[in-house]
Amino acid sequence: MATVFIPAMLQSLTGGATQMQIAGNTVRALINALEDRFPGFKDRLLQDGDLRPDIAVAVDGEFAVDLIERVHPDSEVHFVPPISGGV
Amino acid sequence: MAEATAAYKVIGTRPVRPDGADKVTGRAIYGADMRLTGMLHGKVLRSPHAHARIKSIDTSKAKALPGVWAVVTAHDMPKAEDRMANLGEMSVNVKHLSNNALAYDKVLYRGHAVAAVAATNVHVAEEALKLIEVDYEVLPAALDVLDAMKDDAPVLHEDLKSTELGQQTDKVSNVVNHFQFKLGEPDKGFEEADVVIEREFDTATVHQGYIEPHNATAMWNEEGHLSVWTSTQGAFVVQRQVAEVLGISVSQVSVTPCEIGGGFGGKISVYLEPVAAVLSRQTGRPVKIIMSRIEEFEGTGPTPASHIKVKMGATKDGRIVAAEADLMYEAGAFPGSPVAAGAMCIFSPYAIPNMTVDGYDVVVNKPKTAAYRAPGATNAAFASETIIDEIAEQLGMDPLEIRRLNGVKEGDRQVHGPAYPRIGYLETVHAALEHEHYQSPVDGPNRGRGVASGFWFNVGFQSSVVINVNSDGTVSLVEGSTDIGGTRASIAMQAAETLGIPYEDVRPSVAGTDGVGYTDVTGGSRTTFATGYAAYEAAQDVIRQMRERAVERWNRESEEGDSVAQLTADDVSYSDGVFRCAKDPGKNITFKEMAEMMPRTGGPITGRATSQPRGVGGAFATHVVDVEVDPDTGKVSILRYTATQDVGTAIHPSYVEGQIQGGAVQGIGWALNEEFVYNKDGNMVNASFLDYRMPTTLDLPMIDTVLVEVPNPGHPYGVRGVGEVPIVPPPAAIANAIYRATGKRMKNLPMSPTYVLSQLEQE
Repeated sequence: MATVFIPAMLQSLTGGATQMQIAGNTVRALINALEDRFPGFKDRLLQDGDLRPDIAVAVDGEFAVDLIERVHPDSEVHFVPPISGGV
Repeated sequence: MAEATAAYKVIGTRPVRPDGADKVTGRAIYGADMRLTGMLHGKVLRSPHAHARIKSIDTSKAKALPGVWAVVTAHDMPKAEDRMANLGEMSVNVKHLSNNALAYDKVLYRGHAVAAVAATNVHVAEEALKLIEVDYEVLPAALDVLDAMKDDAPVLHEDLKSTELGQQTDKVSNVVNHFQFKLGEPDKGFEEADVVIEREFDTATVHQGYIEPHNATAMWNEEGHLSVWTSTQGAFVVQRQVAEVLGISVSQVSVTPCEIGGGFGGKISVYLEPVAAVLSRQTGRPVKIIMSRIEEFEGTGPTPASHIKVKMGATKDGRIVAAEADLMYEAGAFPGSPVAAGAMCIFSPYAIPNMTVDGYDVVVNKPKTAAYRAPGATNAAFASETIIDEIAEQLGMDPLEIRRLNGVKEGDRQVHGPAYPRIGYLETVHAALEHEHYQSPVDGPNRGRGVASGFWFNVGFQSSVVINVNSDGTVSLVEGSTDIGGTRASIAMQAAETLGIPYEDVRPSVAGTDGVGYTDVTGGSRTTFATGYAAYEAAQDVIRQMRERAVERWNRESEEGDSVAQLTADDVSYSDGVFRCAKDPGKNITFKEMAEMMPRTGGPITGRATSQPRGVGGAFATHVVDVEVDPDTGKVSILRYTATQDVGTAIHPSYVEGQIQGGAVQGIGWALNEEFVYNKDGNMVNASFLDYRMPTTLDLPMIDTVLVEVPNPGHPYGVRGVGEVPIVPPPAAIANAIYRATGKRMKNLPMSPTYVLSQLEQE
């Protein structure tokens, strides 16, 4: 199962848990599984079926470009702000 | 993947840039050079107030002025929807973008565009602006992040409700968003600490200061197609923004990027393009608008002022065990400061087990902020790197040794969670420690030495490259990345290296939205990494096609001699510009020969590639600076400056050094002089380069650079972005140097003579 790190702002939904093992082979499957266990999770991450514009998902340190991004059993998944840049 | 020990033939050399001669002789075409038949000239009327409701706009007198072709306001543009639009790798609120281009019902900062004129020449257009009558209801303004956060502060957007720790609230406030990152148990960490330092810092609004002002020329033709020529960091992002604001399809918009005289993040958002387009649609003629320097300062995005609280704790042996920070950043008139990036960067160089970082995005009555080199990180590092210096002092440690003791390496976690891949922070600290500069004494009164480190993520995003093989064995390379800092050269060099041909045989050019596949902005220090990756793949595509043709040719020759054709592509190697048959040493053919034979082997060869690469390599830098402080005036002089940086692989070392020097100098200006000075009414009083003091070559010594090459394993040639992180350490390094020189800790930017003197005079 993938290790999902719960952002501080969502830990109120998970009873303070900071990370947990979740089964699922895509980012969307993980979010659905989190929603099943912690209702309200999906609303905090998704908007119109896609990630909210102020949220990105990093799978093993790489930004996912889509909710069907592959997740492996030993993957680490983080919900983080998107990053752009200047120069 | 990176060939860390590979001996390259092109990479690492210092060839002349392909666009250099045109740029220094004035032949290069910039936006201001645009001349189209029947072209009109536009000017923009801007708000004299920091905050006011627009009660009415009367344009009748302006329209009646001879030579005026059109006058437009926000009501001539489609009413923008309040929704987020996806611009590839970034998103933007369409209503905010549109209302920033032309104010709809309120002006939110001095300089906010209110109306625009198209006329036969600029002078008529300027006269017409004076005839536009705007009736304002002036409102109190919120000009400072802390004032704007108060419950009784004037509210900029009556329909904007706060998001608090990820949850939308019903509270109408200038605090658009409050978020938090947390790692470990900070309270427990502070209990373990022997030394705890807590300070508050303020940084001023500063501008990117690019030398070429914003400009746009638009032609909306009779068939409904809009063509735009502009100075931008990304043609495709302009195309999408313009399409969103004007409510048309991207297929109706073509954008040609002119040469760009600097951007640094400030030429990503559109300002003039939709306005010029609407004027063109109304007049049926092309319309060109160029901003003045005053308009640049008052009407385009600076980087935010901020208020930052930092608390850090360490044990007696120098281990940093806990850190907390509150970052409050001004977003300007519309939401979207770089506070999240600042929050993710503030403690990035250090492996701290317990951290909490809170960020606040706050709207104020100033221009909407834009990106500026490592957006958000410089403000943050000024605070955290000053505190670390103070901890080192209290523990009697060398300030670089405490950084080496706590510095991050592969596997350590960032405050927002992900672990670092292979990085080179400790190598930059080591390089600084070992540098002759740091080993030398600091002699003389009122002098001191400071150090600081910084981090920037860098990004990947999307790029496209096409390589067309010419019959003489040279190639034409078409890319979509605007060349701001020498990327034509750095991309061409990677193509040449891959193709095994000389750099001079690659002719790079930058195409617009009609000439190349989608390419994201030249920003985020991504271009040499991601567009370079696409060039590598496109070159591999050329080699693959040539190899297949060589196999085909050799097999046919074998069949002519009644031998059995049996070669496959695996039997043919390619190196140093020569295809060689592994099974027959007598069979080999050069790249140039294959190019010459194209008409007889299947026609033209075009290599194509798009990239959206993973494996982005973050960048770290550590700077050392010596200063002298004049005790009578407070003026700080930079005596010596050395910047060490993990650059991955330096494709073109001169341009890497140039990026580091340029970033460091901008950071020095931010540290010592630059700031938007406002009067009590919210009017900027120093909106010119005479009064907004940027450093020149006369102010600074040569910036020494140390290129620490820790190849990024996520790129074929080990590339890391290099352009942004050098702006991060300078303010903190200089603040720490001033402390060593004077015994006074600096907590405000800029550390201008006035501010430094005020601190020196304090007991």
